[in-house]
Amino acid sequence: MFNKLKPVWLVAGRELKDQFRDWRVLTPMIILVFCFPILMNEFAKQTVDFLNQYSANLILERLVPFSIMIIGFFPITISLVVALEAFVGEKERGTIEPMLSAPLDNWQLYFGKLLVGVITPLVASYLSIAFYLVMISRQNLIMPPFMVMLQLFLLTTAHATLMVSAAIVISVQSTSVKAANLLASFIVIPVAILMQGEAVMLFWGNEQVLWLAIAGVMIISLLLIRVGIAHFQREYLLGREIDTINLKWLWLTFWKNFRGGANSFLEWYRFVLSAALRRIVPAFLFMVAIAGFSIWLGYDWIMVNVSPVMAKASPEVLDKITNAAREMPSLAGLKDNLNAPFLFLNNTRAVTLIFLAGLFSFSVLGILLYMVNIGLIGGVFAVLQLLSVQIPGIQPWRIFLAGVVPHGIFEIPALMIGSAVVLYMGVAIVTPQTGRSMGEIILELLADWAKVFIGLVVPMLGVAAVIEAYITPALLAANLIK
Amino acid sequence: MIETHDLSKQFHDFMAVDGVNLSVPSGQILALLGQNGAGKTTTVRMLTALLNPSRGWARVAGFDVVKNGHDVRASVGVLTEQHGLYMRMTAVEYLDFFGQVYSLSPSLRQARSDHLLQYFGLTEASRRRIGEYSKGMRQKLALARAMMHDPGVLLLDEPTSAMDPESARLVRDEIARLKSSKRTIVICSHNLTEVESLADQIAIIYRGRILLQGTLEDLKYKVLGSPEYEIKFTDAWDSGRLEMPEGVELLSQAADSFKVRVKRPQESNPQLLKALYAKSAPVMAMQEEPRTLEQVYLKVMAEAKGREHVQ
Repeated sequence: MFNKLKPVWLVAGRELKDQFRDWRVLTPMIILVFCFPILMNEFAKQTVDFLNQYSANLILERLVPFSIMIIGFFPITISLVVALEAFVGEKERGTIEPMLSAPLDNWQLYFGKLLVGVITPLVASYLSIAFYLVMISRQNLIMPPFMVMLQLFLLTTAHATLMVSAAIVISVQSTSVKAANLLASFIVIPVAILMQGEAVMLFWGNEQVLWLAIAGVMIISLLLIRVGIAHFQREYLLGREIDTINLKWLWLTFWKNFRGGANSFLEWYRFVLSAALRRIVPAFLFMVAIAGFSIWLGYDWIMVNVSPVMAKASPEVLDKITNAAREMPSLAGLKDNLNAPFLFLNNTRAVTLIFLAGLFSFSVLGILLYMVNIGLIGGVFAVLQLLSVQIPGIQPWRIFLAGVVPHGIFEIPALMIGSAVVLYMGVAIVTPQTGRSMGEIILELLADWAKVFIGLVVPMLGVAAVIEAYITPALLAANLIK
Repeated sequence: MIETHDLSKQFHDFMAVDGVNLSVPSGQILALLGQNGAGKTTTVRMLTALLNPSRGWARVAGFDVVKNGHDVRASVGVLTEQHGLYMRMTAVEYLDFFGQVYSLSPSLRQARSDHLLQYFGLTEASRRRIGEYSKGMRQKLALARAMMHDPGVLLLDEPTSAMDPESARLVRDEIARLKSSKRTIVICSHNLTEVESLADQIAIIYRGRILLQGTLEDLKYKVLGSPEYEIKFTDAWDSGRLEMPEGVELLSQAADSFKVRVKRPQESNPQLLKALYAKSAPVMAMQEEPRTLEQVYLKVMAEAKGREHVQ
């Protein structure tokens, strides 16, 4: 094993030496490591002085962890520049070929670059944080508790791993450093949004959610590393393609895969769509399995969190709920507002959102959204069950069968199929496929998604919307309270 | 040993290499000639297991380039089109780094590095950053890198380009020495004189296909026809008195010389000389009309382009 890892250290070591000989990397790194904490400290001091006037302790306690997170993050941004040019930079300088011609495995080369990409920013980040902590320890600022410090340490590590692993994927797939730098916005923007969310969690003080965020970022980082290795092709790194957007090629590749050689609409349905559906069968079965889990989660969450609220509800509130439920038969009139096109667009938007979220997270966020959507079924049933205890006449199963099942027969499988394609895409992206560029693979997958979405999901959602708008309200009205 | 069969590489719609068959035994040098973009570098990259063939197969040092890419790369020394040097390293660091990549022991790395740096006259500059090197020095260092692990197969793309005549000679001598030590060598070059002096086999590639392949003599014979000889006399002598042996065709004659085309020189030349002595011809010299690889190359290229034009 050590012998297998030795080349990784070798590649990383050479690059590390090279970095420390380059003033263009060192100078901003030193400035960020030592100057930014001083600035942040000054900012913290001023803020503390200001907030002390109003005894705003909650914010004050959270200000230092927030500062630590920001201080840890800034040196990582520089690493992005280094990581982005890890492969494509060597390609441009012409140094990549001797390395590729050497007896190094793809993963050894890849991890060598990844390691150096992560080590430098992390060392800088830790140094910066340590410097800041030394400064605040000399002032009257409160040190964060150990658990928060651990979270911040892991969060900084996760950020570095996420950004560097994404940058290296871009570096392997880009045709020039310029293109790689432009594509870096795909890293910076999501990470900036992520950090805003994490900052909210830090101020909110919700440790559990922060742990989940750390786990999520690490999972996505690992998937990115997997993607990078899966699509690492020596051949591609030696290519001479230039940075031009070939819209014609993009469209033709997509269309060729979407049409799949079919000569008629019927032929497309019989052979092309059915082939795409066969490919997603395992993903669909997985979706069915996690649907059960999600429904249970939704049910459990309502039971745990809403049940105590219901138990504490005053008789007046319960009366209000009962009256509202009794007036529910007017639901039948809802079809004027909740019409079929509205329901159809709403559901189509949900499936599209799952696709978009999945596309940028190797299906992870897409599946989470799917779980939330499916989990609602369990939640709704739990609410009905809780209401049935308080309000005589409510029969949960009856309402559920009347209000969910008729349109659900179409809507739920549509959601499952739509999400299964997203999972299939995520798995396909992280699976090694030689002989084709990443662009070709993504276009093929997009074509698969479009086939299933247009050919099956949209018609099913259409049918579901019609049932939900014109049949479900009537059934619900007849079964709401007996 | 290098062997290929129907070796082909296609990039999208472009056929970069099309059905290349090569057989280069140990101790031989094959020169790949062709225009820029003819497919030489792509062929070499397939032989280095950097590119996977779209069709056909190749075996280098006994290893299949697709199945045993790692072993192929370990057995091959490559001088790439671009030097691929790390400018912030010193020559010593650079060679040591590649020595480690090729799993050489520290003592062997030191010995090989010292030897190569000394051989190429880089010892004095060995502690300077490579970025400060001249073009020729960089080329020499890149060549030293390719030889660092003493590979059984060497693939050299323009080995003497940008070198001064003295250094180029040094490199040629080293290549010749490596050949005699049973290495298999492939050279891609535009320097035809160099190829003439080094190569055992020559392959001319045009648009991914090998147009012609063989020894220098084979190529001359195939392209330029039978060799021509000029016989010079010390005084005027009537060559019309001479009966030409079989396979010898008189091309022109002057008072003190004549030219002939000889189909099989090994058989006919002794007979021709015998006939001249029999007639007491005052022969001063008999020499082959100089025919260069350049003539062969240019003719082959012109014919290929001509055929393409007709099509």
